[in-house]
Amino acid sequence: MTSVDGGPALNADLARARRLAAAVPDPEVPVLSIDDLGVLRDVTKDDEGTVVVRITPTYSGCPAMDTIRADVLTALHDGGFADVRVDLVLSPAWTTDWMSEDGRRKLAEYGIAPPASDAERRRGPVGLTLRVRCPQCGSPDTEELSRFGSTACKSLWRCRSCLEPFDHFKTL
Amino acid sequence: MTACATLPALARYTIGLADDALVLAQRCGEWITRAPQLEEDVALANIGLDLLGQARSLLTYASQVEDDGRDEDDLAYLRDERDFLNVQLVEQENGDFAVSMARLLVFSAYSYELYRRLQRSTDETLAAVAAKAIKEVDYHRDHAREWVLRLGDGTDVSHERMQTGLDTVWPYVDELFATTSRHGSWPPPELLQNGVAVDPSQLREPAIAYVQQVIDDATLDLPTVSWAATGGRQGIHSSPMGHLLAELQHIHRSYPGASW
Repeated sequence: MTSVDGGPALNADLARARRLAAAVPDPEVPVLSIDDLGVLRDVTKDDEGTVVVRITPTYSGCPAMDTIRADVLTALHDGGFADVRVDLVLSPAWTTDWMSEDGRRKLAEYGIAPPASDAERRRGPVGLTLRVRCPQCGSPDTEELSRFGSTACKSLWRCRSCLEPFDHFKTL
Repeated sequence: MTACATLPALARYTIGLADDALVLAQRCGEWITRAPQLEEDVALANIGLDLLGQARSLLTYASQVEDDGRDEDDLAYLRDERDFLNVQLVEQENGDFAVSMARLLVFSAYSYELYRRLQRSTDETLAAVAAKAIKEVDYHRDHAREWVLRLGDGTDVSHERMQTGLDTVWPYVDELFATTSRHGSWPPPELLQNGVAVDPSQLREPAIAYVQQVIDDATLDLPTVSWAATGGRQGIHSSPMGHLLAELQHIHRSYPGASW
């Protein structure tokens, strides 16, 4: 994402800035970094040398964005970058397709069923409701209890095999 | 003449869209702890949060366009009733749960068609807000549809209350699609010419077709009404609006800059 002119030194500097930003955890699902989620769009430097971190919200009203912005600023300031700006971008609209494979695995380990991947969605016929596997026991025999869950990005499910309720990260 | 009538056309249009979302978000929030089941408390809180997020994006943009030193909070909390440009549908009291679901169905069906087209607006920011909002509104529309089906095609009592819900909101439906009334025109004509705004009259057919299908499937009847609300887009509101704003704005006005 970071293509800049300015020689290897600037590139190395930016790569380090990106690593710092990428490591910032999501405040609501702390096992995921904002990079795993696809919330971190890119890290660049503008003409004045300010590091510009661009983030995008998962949902329009995501209340975590203010915290993420503050956490990114803190991480970069602590890393020695004094001049940092965090820009919120809306376009292109966030999709769960941007969630990394690593992120999906970490979500499941945390007890949240991950969203269907882009590849999974393309495999099935249009309109097919994909089976959500229980993150506890792995059973595909699950049912949706509520289309809305504890945060905007999740719905509430129950496993019919182990009977445990669980969150599902909605496919968007 | 209201203060908003003198705003630049783009700011006025953006504020109209924002106010629809902001006011309905407030009504959704009022259901929390009062919905028929816990899951519905959570659902309406989430829908309200989506709408609030859309409103914030739009109000932030309106404040940039207006460039008058007012930020999104000033626009949300410090405008008076006559400067709010939302349709009267969204300000009506929640009433019976069926009334709220009838409203959510109609408003989401309208918003879905609006944002589908606004994604192609010549204004980049409005197009970006629309591309994000349409995914959320699609989900809201589906949620309302499920309730209307469940209540309409349920017991005699739930059927009757759902029908009353539709009948109650129907006088406010026309205003969503109206471009002119005795109070003025909407949206600002120059924004239709330059491809920034969506012509709401084009949304009537697809939005009502969606609602009609749900109503048919729910064994309900499409209401007929003898009057239609007008004037919201010009800042003329019904009596529930003042009470809603008092609750929405009171903390910010009583304790300017309050935070926690």
